[in-house]
Amino acid sequence: MIRLSYLSSSKIPLEAECITPDFFLGKTYSEISKLPVFDGNRKCELGQFFSISGTMDDDSILIENDCSNVKLIGSRMTRGKIEVLGNVGMHLGAGISGGSILVRGSATDWVGAEMKGGTIEILGDAGHLIGAAYRGASVGMRGGNLIIHGSCGNEVGSHMRRGLIAIGKNVGDFVGMGMIAGTIITAGSVGIRAGAEMKRGTLVFLTERPALLPTFRFSCDYDPAFLTIYFNKLKQFNFPLLNTISPWSRYCGDLISLGRGEILCKAN
Amino acid sequence: MMNNSETPSLIFQGVKIIDTFAEAFPITGTRVIVTAVSREWAFIAATTSTGYASSVIGCDTEAGIERELSPDETPDGRPGFSLLFFAFSREALQKAIVARVGQSILTCPTTACYNGLPIDPSRAIQIGGMLRFFGDGYQTSKLLDGKRYWRIPVMDGEFVCEDKFGTVKGVAGGNILILATTQALALQAASRGVAAARKVPDVLLPFPGGVVRSGSKVGSKYKKLKASTNEAYCPTLRAIAASQLDPNVSAVYEIVIDGFSREAVEAAMKNALHAACGEGVECISAGNYGGKLGPVHIRLSSLIS
Repeated sequence: MIRLSYLSSSKIPLEAECITPDFFLGKTYSEISKLPVFDGNRKCELGQFFSISGTMDDDSILIENDCSNVKLIGSRMTRGKIEVLGNVGMHLGAGISGGSILVRGSATDWVGAEMKGGTIEILGDAGHLIGAAYRGASVGMRGGNLIIHGSCGNEVGSHMRRGLIAIGKNVGDFVGMGMIAGTIITAGSVGIRAGAEMKRGTLVFLTERPALLPTFRFSCDYDPAFLTIYFNKLKQFNFPLLNTISPWSRYCGDLISLGRGEILCKAN
Repeated sequence: MMNNSETPSLIFQGVKIIDTFAEAFPITGTRVIVTAVSREWAFIAATTSTGYASSVIGCDTEAGIERELSPDETPDGRPGFSLLFFAFSREALQKAIVARVGQSILTCPTTACYNGLPIDPSRAIQIGGMLRFFGDGYQTSKLLDGKRYWRIPVMDGEFVCEDKFGTVKGVAGGNILILATTQALALQAASRGVAAARKVPDVLLPFPGGVVRSGSKVGSKYKKLKASTNEAYCPTLRAIAASQLDPNVSAVYEIVIDGFSREAVEAAMKNALHAACGEGVECISAGNYGGKLGPVHIRLSSLIS
């Protein structure tokens, strides 16, 4: 395991997209410490901001200290494991296609943006646009699992195409906006306009039925067998599943879009 | 033809074991997990989908219930059954299962259907991916951890069926013949053997109750028939046919075993043979065709050593 300890107290964001097992694999200490990072708009070396120890023998990286200002950790990684003991900055695991990231603190915006595979688990909170498409892009998350044990901001899963997002506490407005497919499960309160313009996909609200858009239409109360498969998956992450007994109310929408999406929430 | 009193034999638990072999052959198999809202409905789906599936001689597949599954063991946390299906090729297996799931599980209230084997993409068969068209465009799918689940709208909710099912190259036709002094004692011995064989995982006893009374030989005097009664083991023909039966044998039952591996079939045969030995059982033999039909030869002597 490579151990990185963040040393800087600068408030200028550090862009460190080189912190992935893919970049570190087969490199010596000196090669790793010379990997490029950007301190604001200034090109620097990784070793200027982190103390580095350990070996890359098990394809994993451990990051210590508060990295709230460090962006792009684990972005586009394809393999291995990253564990962060503190908080992390924006774009954590953006575009990841394999491997796993565990954050024991909290994250900010764009976690897992446009991710294609792998698993990101955050034990604390996360910001806006989790698993979303970047502005101008048509497709967000395309696969993998994104598990947030705390709360999230707005536009979670915006334009996601595939994969699973689970949020243990509250989620902001516009969850699943423009969703193309995939599944979002939330265990806390939900903001306004959930599923706006979603085409397909599933939003599951475990504890409350928010005020739905008028373009979602009630279909039935029933017992969807597939949900248990997702709940069993979430048990692997000790996700809070306190209220999973059927029946569930199914609402179809968004009817201003394709209308093949669904919102499942507890039946009255 | 020598009868069983003249052929080389061993003695095991006071029963004569003919020194012969069961002649088995390679076959393609898969495991289907069927679940429903209750054990009763899961059982109905399990039995109807595996009906008329005793032998590939006359059926599209050999199929049956492997065991009951508790809710903890099924993908959707409901009661279920593990079903095994065998056919000569992956194509034939897919065709048979699509038809059977489509007619007997999809139609059955509250059911769902899942793959029960690891998937090698080059050897997988497509089940849910074929049945999805019943959804007429309203079907949706969920992809989780590389597995795709089709959700087909039906009148009580939706039918969930996994897209692809894994297959294995297994062994079919493992068997033992139980020769006893009376029909009643022969059936008791066969029932003991079936119960013991079914304790082995990955095996299927495809015949009714696991027991065959109509052991067959290849061919017939009638040209259209591929198989016909094996007169050598019919006690009613002892006086007029070349019989394999000793004078004091009045009934013969066969236990046929398919499995995902030779080891599983051997273990089930061993269990069956050991359990069958008992009151009234004169002899245990095995069916073969002189080694000309199947490449897998399981010797009875290896099961008692």
